Amino acid sequence: MADLHLSENITAAPAGWSGLRRLAGEPFLLALVLAVGFALFVLPLGAVARLALMSPGGGLEALSEAWSSRSVRRALWHSLESATLAAALATLVGGTLGLLIGLTDLRGRVALSFAILTLIMIPPHVTAIAWIQMLGPSSVLLQVLGLAPAPGSTHPLYGREGVIALLALQQVPLVYLTIRAALRALPRDLVEAAQVNGAGPVRMMRRVILPLMAPAFLAGFALAFVAGLGNFGVPALLGIPGRYVTLPVLMWQRLSASGPAVLEDLAVMACMIAAVALVAVWVQMRMSRRLSVALIGPPQQTLQLPLGKARLWVEGGLWFMMALVVLAPLVAMLATALVPTYGVPLTLETVTLRHFHEVMVTQAVTARAFANSAGLALMAGLGVACLALATGALLRGPLATAARGVTLLADIAYAVPGLVISVAFIIAFIKPLPVIGISLYGTHAIILGAYLAAFLAVGLKPVGVAFAAVDPALQEAARVSGAGFWRRFRRIDTPLVAPAAASGAVLVILTAWNEVTLSAILWTRGTETLGTVIFNYESGGYSTLSAAMSVLSVLATLALMLVLHGLGRRLPPGIIPWR
Amino acid sequence: MSITLTDVTRSFGSSKAVDGLTATIPTGCFFTVLGPSGCGKSTLLRMIAGLEPLDTGQIALDRRTVAGPGLHLPPEARGVGVVFQSYALWPHMDVLDNVGFPIEAAGQSRSAARTEAAKHLQAVDLSRFATRRIADLSGGQRQRVALARCLAAQARIVLMDEPLANLDPHLRAAMEEELTTFHARAGTTTLFITHDQREAMALSDMVAVMRAGRFEQVATPQDLHDRPVNAFVAGFIGRGVVLEAEVKSVAPGTAMVELTPELQIEVQAERAVIGPAQVLLRPSDLCVHAEGRAGRVLNVAYRGDHWEARVQIDGISKPLLLSVSQRAVPGDTIPIRILGGWVLKQE
Repeated sequence: MADLHLSENITAAPAGWSGLRRLAGEPFLLALVLAVGFALFVLPLGAVARLALMSPGGGLEALSEAWSSRSVRRALWHSLESATLAAALATLVGGTLGLLIGLTDLRGRVALSFAILTLIMIPPHVTAIAWIQMLGPSSVLLQVLGLAPAPGSTHPLYGREGVIALLALQQVPLVYLTIRAALRALPRDLVEAAQVNGAGPVRMMRRVILPLMAPAFLAGFALAFVAGLGNFGVPALLGIPGRYVTLPVLMWQRLSASGPAVLEDLAVMACMIAAVALVAVWVQMRMSRRLSVALIGPPQQTLQLPLGKARLWVEGGLWFMMALVVLAPLVAMLATALVPTYGVPLTLETVTLRHFHEVMVTQAVTARAFANSAGLALMAGLGVACLALATGALLRGPLATAARGVTLLADIAYAVPGLVISVAFIIAFIKPLPVIGISLYGTHAIILGAYLAAFLAVGLKPVGVAFAAVDPALQEAARVSGAGFWRRFRRIDTPLVAPAAASGAVLVILTAWNEVTLSAILWTRGTETLGTVIFNYESGGYSTLSAAMSVLSVLATLALMLVLHGLGRRLPPGIIPWR
Repeated sequence: MSITLTDVTRSFGSSKAVDGLTATIPTGCFFTVLGPSGCGKSTLLRMIAGLEPLDTGQIALDRRTVAGPGLHLPPEARGVGVVFQSYALWPHMDVLDNVGFPIEAAGQSRSAARTEAAKHLQAVDLSRFATRRIADLSGGQRQRVALARCLAAQARIVLMDEPLANLDPHLRAAMEEELTTFHARAGTTTLFITHDQREAMALSDMVAVMRAGRFEQVATPQDLHDRPVNAFVAGFIGRGVVLEAEVKSVAPGTAMVELTPELQIEVQAERAVIGPAQVLLRPSDLCVHAEGRAGRVLNVAYRGDHWEARVQIDGISKPLLLSVSQRAVPGDTIPIRILGGWVLKQE
């Protein structure tokens, strides 16, 4: 067959394919994604690190200076203490719930999961407000029940214990979800083998299930710890009046007191807390990896160990608990929104819709906040969905390594506390932009940028799961049919993962609609968000107005969750958390 | 269109999936690559389609180089059709959109593509299902949609990656027939990948038996069965036993071999030389004969229309396979005559 070696009657392929046409496909999209990734992650986070570690007077010197400040040291300690204890509590409660719902024949699992998930879907500052109003001396609900504490006494939730309790409550769903996911991956045979070998429920739990679930518990703990570390709403509303200041709250106080002059201090604090968060995330990732090694098996039908006669009691107990921790605070908040002034008892005579009218129609600030938050959340959702689609498509192609860098940065940005991101955006974008000469600080754009950076990981995950569930042959079939990159992207990739991208977008919209951590220091007059206005009203003593706004924002949240629930039918499992 | 492979190599890590393959598949041939899983046959198909790059070597389709040193034509520019094992039909499109996609990719409008696709659907007798979703089709119908898509792409080369592997056994025979008809009518060059020797024998003009990245033998199905080059091919195709023996004398097309000092037989051979050799004895080379040598039945398996017995003849190192029309009982003694055999290629 020697005559076949490149003899002249073998013609070479058309040259166009090796040239421009190929560059216009994947490499172009990759360049676009990398440019956005640079602007969202590298620029801001790099600016913080540079300011904290490399500017004159920075580095070790700045660190030791910050360390010598009593308030910084105490705040760091408070952050670590509250995050650790809250995570421990959340692991206990969330783990128990996960095992109960994941392993037994309880009825109404989806409804229970949905109820548990509302704990995290309702934002921390709103939860804090609801609980303040449920348990405080002027609590409308407790007055109706005749259980209110004496007027003038300190609120029982202000201070260390209150912060830890509410942080734990917020993080229960994180641990719950981790345990449920791990149980779904637990090969059924392992449990059944234990049963066949004569293990009773207690022995099976102690010798088989709990040891196998240990990494999941650790991973859940780490997740809860990171979330608690970055929480702003709870420690700000319960900690400040109780003189229990955490590091994010201290950063916010410094910035509100002195303005951008203290950026260098903030950068140092941001680096401290980011470092702690990243170590915790690293632990969590290692645990998750070990989990996936130990338990190999496709997701299976959930186990249903019979609870027997106890079932009714357990179900009753769980729903009672849900009513107490989910429904009651919301009812208390609603009651506060319906009375003329805070402290007046709620009766048929006193009930009024005035505050709703006030926040929706009368007040320019609140109307603007609703509009701003809705617009920003929608744009963030859309932007994240587009970025996630592009990144997901690149991850399946030959340029995956470069695209993986973007997902790594997104994960880091998601893990570090929100306040670190917002400080980073201020530092990076307070100076006027080179060509146009305008500073982004004080515009909607800087908030949108921070949302995109902080929440890209939220949208990447479902798209990644969906892409992984797609048979690679579907892509290859399009290639051999003659479709170039953009046609495949438009006609094959996008429609196949569209439901996942949409649910990612809704998750981002939910998160952005509810956040206060990012906008707390990025907002200015004209760019108020829902979270900041609720927060400012509550800390300024306008409880009825903050309650009314919270009620509206919770209603919008529940509506969005129902939209997600509806989308869930068309999605691969593992995307909608409670399904 | 012909497919020409020249010294094609592809490694994953330290293992060579395809190891210096050189072969030519002539225009219009139904060419099957047969081998156990992990032998590199799918990698070979993917390299021809352009889904996998080559480490070294060269691939030409109809004398046009599509892959070689410094050249990798992407799959979308090669114009080959592929029938995937899963059929790879797009679940978000209906049947017409699936079939019309290659026409769309060639620059036609979507409606023009659908009109054109309808013709190809007719060719595979699926017109009634034009607007169905893929999820609503049976396995056999899906295969036909995949074939129609190849027709729509006007592919002159069709690569099939174990398309029958996911079908129920009773459907497989019918689909085999459809594949043969499709190949004959479309006049394409077909490269068919399978690990099922029965499928390979039934469908192919030529079969290549592949092992560890190399073709052990390329031949017609009948030659492969009757004249395998080595013990691997002999063991992979059909039933039989390979014995160590000694070639005593050779004649054109035959040889005398000694199985035991008192048993010499004449067998088929090609280029045999005097000396040690391996001899393949298939069940059809043995028969029950009153004057045969005594064979002790070790065990018996029912194979549908006959029983297959493993029988031990004194002095022969391994038990032989024998077809018997009546049920034998382990422990019985049957008189056996060896009618022929085949000398494998000597080292």
